[in-house]
Amino acid sequence: MRGGGLAKGLAITLRTMTRRAHTAQYPDVRPDLPPRSRGVIALFEENCTVCMLCARECPDWCIYIDSHKETVPAREEGARARQRNVLDRFAIDFALCMYCGICIEVCPFDALFWTPEFEYAEYDVRELTHEKGRLREWMWTVPPPPPLDANAEPSKEAAAARKALEIEA
Amino acid sequence: MGRIVIELLLRVAGALVAFLTLPLLVGQLEHKAMAHMQGRLGPMYAGGFHGWAQLVADGVKFVQKEEIVPAAADKTVFRLAPAAGLLPYLLVFLLLPLGPGLVGQALDMGLFVVLAIVGVGVVGMLMASWSSANKYSLLGGLRGAAQLLGYELPFVLSAASVAMAAGTLSLPGIVEAWRPWWLLWQAPAAVVFFVSGLAEIRRPPFDMPIADSELVFGYLTEYTGLRFALFLLAEYAGIVVVSALTTVLFLGGWKGPFADHQLGWLWTLVKVFAVSFVVIWVRVAYPRLREDQLQRVCWLVLVPVALAQLVLTAVVKVVL
Repeated sequence: MRGGGLAKGLAITLRTMTRRAHTAQYPDVRPDLPPRSRGVIALFEENCTVCMLCARECPDWCIYIDSHKETVPAREEGARARQRNVLDRFAIDFALCMYCGICIEVCPFDALFWTPEFEYAEYDVRELTHEKGRLREWMWTVPPPPPLDANAEPSKEAAAARKALEIEA
Repeated sequence: MGRIVIELLLRVAGALVAFLTLPLLVGQLEHKAMAHMQGRLGPMYAGGFHGWAQLVADGVKFVQKEEIVPAAADKTVFRLAPAAGLLPYLLVFLLLPLGPGLVGQALDMGLFVVLAIVGVGVVGMLMASWSSANKYSLLGGLRGAAQLLGYELPFVLSAASVAMAAGTLSLPGIVEAWRPWWLLWQAPAAVVFFVSGLAEIRRPPFDMPIADSELVFGYLTEYTGLRFALFLLAEYAGIVVVSALTTVLFLGGWKGPFADHQLGWLWTLVKVFAVSFVVIWVRVAYPRLREDQLQRVCWLVLVPVALAQLVLTAVVKVVL
């Protein structure tokens, strides 16, 4: 009907008014972010072996790693003393980081994780380079991975473990 | 003598208080209603509870802002324009009846005076647009002039229909004469009056003179600080005036379901706010009319309807 749109427009605005607003009241109410949100990159320092893969793969060259080698004395007589990498500095310059997540993908030791934490703005660009202490702190905010969907393929690890059990049996 | 002076002062003070509070309430209503119609919350912080003091905070902010008068502007006119835009509405507040006997000043030709004064508001806009020495301001002002020239006609014609039906030009008199079945009889006039009232106060969808997407801010472009705030206040006062006029002329003013004499002021206020809500509602729901559509609506729809209503009113009046 000609002019029916006028009534429809009024009806839509009135209906929207009776519904709850979509506004997220952010500083008062924390946002409910999904577990895989790309907020910031956390470092699980204990897992890091200083293999440098993350720093090499980083397209922005924003990961800084310093380390030294320590000699681990031989455990038993006649054995050779081993060497171990010790992490001195692990820093990510979030002013350069483009949140591509390649470092996390490439880490073979599960030392890097995404966390939904996002409140780390600074007043100076130079202060956006966060050292390993801060990166380790963020590990506590990493959420557990969401459960798999019903009837989904089992995870690679679970499948491998089951196979090993079957072979044993 | 002393009593008369005191009564006069009381009436003027009452009109002033209404003038300073009602537009702010409507402004707050607009903030909140518009926000919720768009799925937002609107102001939430100022004053603590759901941003009730937002407009007060805005006022304080505007007072602190620098008062800039453009170098090429006609300075006196530029400075006076906000006052010319705002004062007519203040005067109208003095004439609008709130309840039986509750009116700043009841005039026998109240309707005539009110319509004349509302028309003066245009002068403030034209002063602002011309004295700003700015092309956008001038374009806005000319659009406004063309719009108001056109819409003044259906505005007055539809008001004349009610005056004819009531047989008086006095605003309280019209309310006295009003009967509920007039809602049907005068319905076309009410719609015409409301729509042309919207155009008269340059509210969206008739905000072609301001049209911020094409004219920066029309005749308000060069204004800052307190003078800009006064123009904004004039807009909200305009909403109250048009809503109150619609209420008084077409919705029976202080006549309510019961206790007209004790609660008349309440019925009037409820109706005024209901009509103000519709003004806001229409703003949210409809896009701005183009200049040619604007003139088309006025001359091809509103004026003929208003004239037909006049004929209808006259016929019914003669038959009864």
